[in-house]
Amino acid sequence: MSDTNSPGQPDSGNSGELSWPEYLTGGESRGAVPPGAQAAEPEGHAAPHRVIGTPPPAVARKLLAADGGGISRETVRELPAEPDDPRRAKRVEKLVAACFLVAGLAGLAFMVFYGTIGVGSITNVLHSNLALGGSMALMFLLLGIGTVLWVRHLMPTVELAEDRHPMAATPQERAAFKETFQEGAEASQFVKRPIIRRSLIAATIPMAVAPIFLLRDMGPLPGTSLDTTVWRKGLRLLVYGTGRPISAAEFNSPGALISVGPEGYLDNDNAMAKAAVSLIKFRPGELVYGPPARPGGPSVRDKVVPNWTVDNIVAYSKICTHLGCPAALYEQTTHRILCPCHQSTFLATEGAKVIFGPATRPLPQLPIGVDSEGYLIATGPFNEPVGPSFWERS
Amino acid sequence: MSVERALEGVGTFLDDRLHGARGVRVLLRKVFPDHWSFLLGEIILYSFIILLLTGTFLTLWFQPSMTDVIYHGSYIPLRGVRMSEAYASTLNISFDVRGGLLMREIHHWAADLFMAAIMAHMIRVFFTGAYRKPREINWLIGIVLFTLGMFEGLFGYSLPDDLLSGAGLRITEGILQSLPIVGTYLAFFLFGGPFPGHEIIPRLYILHVLVIPGLILALVTVHLFLMFHQKHTQMPGKGRTNTNVVGSPMYPYFMAKTGAFFFFTFAALALAATFAQINPIWLYGPYNPVAMSAGSQPDFYMGALEGSLRMFPAWQWVMFGHTWAFNVFVPALLPLGIIFGGAAIWPFLEQWITGDRSEHHLNDRPRNAPTRTALGIAMITFYGVLWAEGANDIIANHLDISLYLTTWIARVAWLVAPILAYIITKRICLGLQRKDRHLLEHGVETGIIRQLPGGEFIEETRPVDEEALAVLTSRSELPPLPSLEAAEGEVPPPGMRGALGKVRERLYNVVTESVPLPESHGNGHGNGHALEAVGADEHGQGSLPAGTGTEQRGGQDQH
Ligand code: HEM
Ligand code: FES
Repeated sequence: MSDTNSPGQPDSGNSGELSWPEYLTGGESRGAVPPGAQAAEPEGHAAPHRVIGTPPPAVARKLLAADGGGISRETVRELPAEPDDPRRAKRVEKLVAACFLVAGLAGLAFMVFYGTIGVGSITNVLHSNLALGGSMALMFLLLGIGTVLWVRHLMPTVELAEDRHPMAATPQERAAFKETFQEGAEASQFVKRPIIRRSLIAATIPMAVAPIFLLRDMGPLPGTSLDTTVWRKGLRLLVYGTGRPISAAEFNSPGALISVGPEGYLDNDNAMAKAAVSLIKFRPGELVYGPPARPGGPSVRDKVVPNWTVDNIVAYSKICTHLGCPAALYEQTTHRILCPCHQSTFLATEGAKVIFGPATRPLPQLPIGVDSEGYLIATGPFNEPVGPSFWERS
Repeated sequence: MSVERALEGVGTFLDDRLHGARGVRVLLRKVFPDHWSFLLGEIILYSFIILLLTGTFLTLWFQPSMTDVIYHGSYIPLRGVRMSEAYASTLNISFDVRGGLLMREIHHWAADLFMAAIMAHMIRVFFTGAYRKPREINWLIGIVLFTLGMFEGLFGYSLPDDLLSGAGLRITEGILQSLPIVGTYLAFFLFGGPFPGHEIIPRLYILHVLVIPGLILALVTVHLFLMFHQKHTQMPGKGRTNTNVVGSPMYPYFMAKTGAFFFFTFAALALAATFAQINPIWLYGPYNPVAMSAGSQPDFYMGALEGSLRMFPAWQWVMFGHTWAFNVFVPALLPLGIIFGGAAIWPFLEQWITGDRSEHHLNDRPRNAPTRTALGIAMITFYGVLWAEGANDIIANHLDISLYLTTWIARVAWLVAPILAYIITKRICLGLQRKDRHLLEHGVETGIIRQLPGGEFIEETRPVDEEALAVLTSRSELPPLPSLEAAEGEVPPPGMRGALGKVRERLYNVVTESVPLPESHGNGHGNGHALEAVGADEHGQGSLPAGTGTEQRGGQDQH
């Protein structure tokens, strides 16, 4: 490691004596005092060596005297005891005290408000929040203002300069460190006895890997569970919110979209996270149909599957194929389904194909029919995985 | 007097046992330089402390459980609704615990302030070059803190299990799933099975209240210790050199100022919590996987990630029998990877390019490092485009333009705006340097017009004062590249040969581009001037080479 710090280090003579870190052992001035001056003094009682930037004259004189004459530190005064402008200080003193007093009163008020304003209703909570927050803010604000005034106008202005020293240790220190380290390494026999070294390393690998095994039970393996939903042939479509089945005759206003879920699963978040479905009613002629689907075959992209609809009603998965948000916004006039999360846009009249945004696949279509009572049912499961892409999907 | 005696008693007790008098005395006089931008770091610390305090308060009532309950509390519109215990307990904190809403809101505002202050602090450190040797370690710690803060915030606002945060979790799950090979497994392990499951809130809870705050606390401690040990950098000014630190002592000045700052931070957060409502989860309703409202936004520090996901084109292919969801994992990892990764390697890259391995304690004025400043602004622009795109629906709404247009603008701006920002910023910096040079050469205009004997009018100028001189002439002089110094026909030294050497030379010329100081002030002698002016000792000079050009060149030969 080469370093440009090494040349010209003034402190190479004495710093070896001081232990690290310097500010815990009182060596702040190491290197700043000419070696000769310090040699005369007992360790640790060296005169503090500071350079004043813009000192009040009195202080500067004292410091100069201290520097020049080697006066012991007790007589050195770095911080003046009196404010710069005593008359102003007297005025500000009262102001500071007033700030602190009112801050104290605000703190008291906080406690009184806590005791007197209840919660438990929206209006109460609003009042309580206003009273507690307001008094608390006032308390802290005044404490802050008082303290700043105090520092600015009561404490005398000082500017001290402290010397810096290169972060790098001296070459001697480094050499000493290296020696100590090597002695330790040799005493440990670690270098000389490779069998110990290697067997220890061999043992630490399982030690590091074992905890990872412990995490295995955090969850089940995905298996093929992402490929399917709870939808199966014959399950009724229940309206989300009311939980009632719905018939094609009831759902007759074109342009409407409602959320439905499978019978028996509406309150099951895990099931609904994949099985939620948007049911959309169209005017005759609006839907663009593709060729009929072969049972079990792949869905036909970009076209509505005709034998999966009932009376111009289509069921699409509500789970966005981008990252799984509910694709919940529907624009009737343009037949666009918009996902509010990242604005993937699907064209409902054409098999929910993607017309904008980061999603890559259309929303899967659920095959629907009607049961003997006229209610809408699924005539089969989705024939592809719903929701976001995953590695195992093909 | 008895107070003095009591203090002395305590002091004696402690010193007898800890040998503290010597070290603590030094500590009390430790010098802290002053500059408004140094307060940004303190805002981070204080908002973190406020997060610890208010967060602990919230844990007294918050139930990290996804068990279904029917709500019967005071918020009437949601009575009888099925929800998780986590959501119900957050309603309880808001409506049935005195001061609960205030603490929740202070906690949330403090989280935002924490992240905003981290960003501002990072920007300050970057543009002043305060990350340079010996402070690279603290720079890296800062980047880790930023990342941890993002996760901590994301996990925190997911805890109440409301509709909005549930969507955030759903997106998190989708991103995990998109990762090649391990994605599906990671998602299942994190959520304990299929989304949403019953495990995620308790797991996020322990990460949010123990693991991540613990890590943050540990890193903040190391960060502050290093800052203390290496001493703070300072801005250029009269009497300030690379070998000293000028400011006011810790006790009583810095202590009082920083105490006041803590009060101000707390006051600002209390004011925000009182008058600006944040995260009214009762309006969003409990999470359910079917509903979602328009205009939903994550907290601001997740905005860039959100924008990046929104903007990226729909690129996804099935290859080798597997789905490669480039449309998800690339925007999730790449842009923030560029920003954090770029920030992490920059100090070392800069050192390699310039060959400057000396210590820097005197900050650069941003204009005096035009390339660095331009790069920084380019990065901020890059982040800013993503961030704005993260709110593109709101922007489109307000400006009444098409949503898709905003996305297209972002797709172009993502690449073009940072380049423009780079070019413009560099121009501005060089222009400001020229202005500085003009000031040094011709002095300050006084506004006094004089007529010369020849009839000509001139404006009188006076030379800049000492303080301004010190500021204007402060430059970190860089060592010359060895190959540039080598005479014609000489073989360039190792490290400068070959293609890599060529690259380095090119980059060196870009990075060191600057308007030179006028002759009389060249080579960083400005510092020397200022020093002489206040009669400071020359003793420390040269022990740290940076900023004093000639000495540095001498040291440079070592490598
Ligand atoms: C850098 C540190 C932290 C950040 C950025 C952060 C952020 C957040 C955020 C944004 C929320 C959502 C608040 C809301 O409901 O609007 C939250 C909730 C919460 N946080 Fe933190 N937090 C931090 C540290 C802590 C700590 C240290 C604790 C506890 C010791 C804590 C305890 C909680 C609890 C219990 C909640 C849920 C209660 C609720 O939402 O009402 N947080 N946090
Ligand atoms: S989740 Fe629907 S667009 Fe991202």
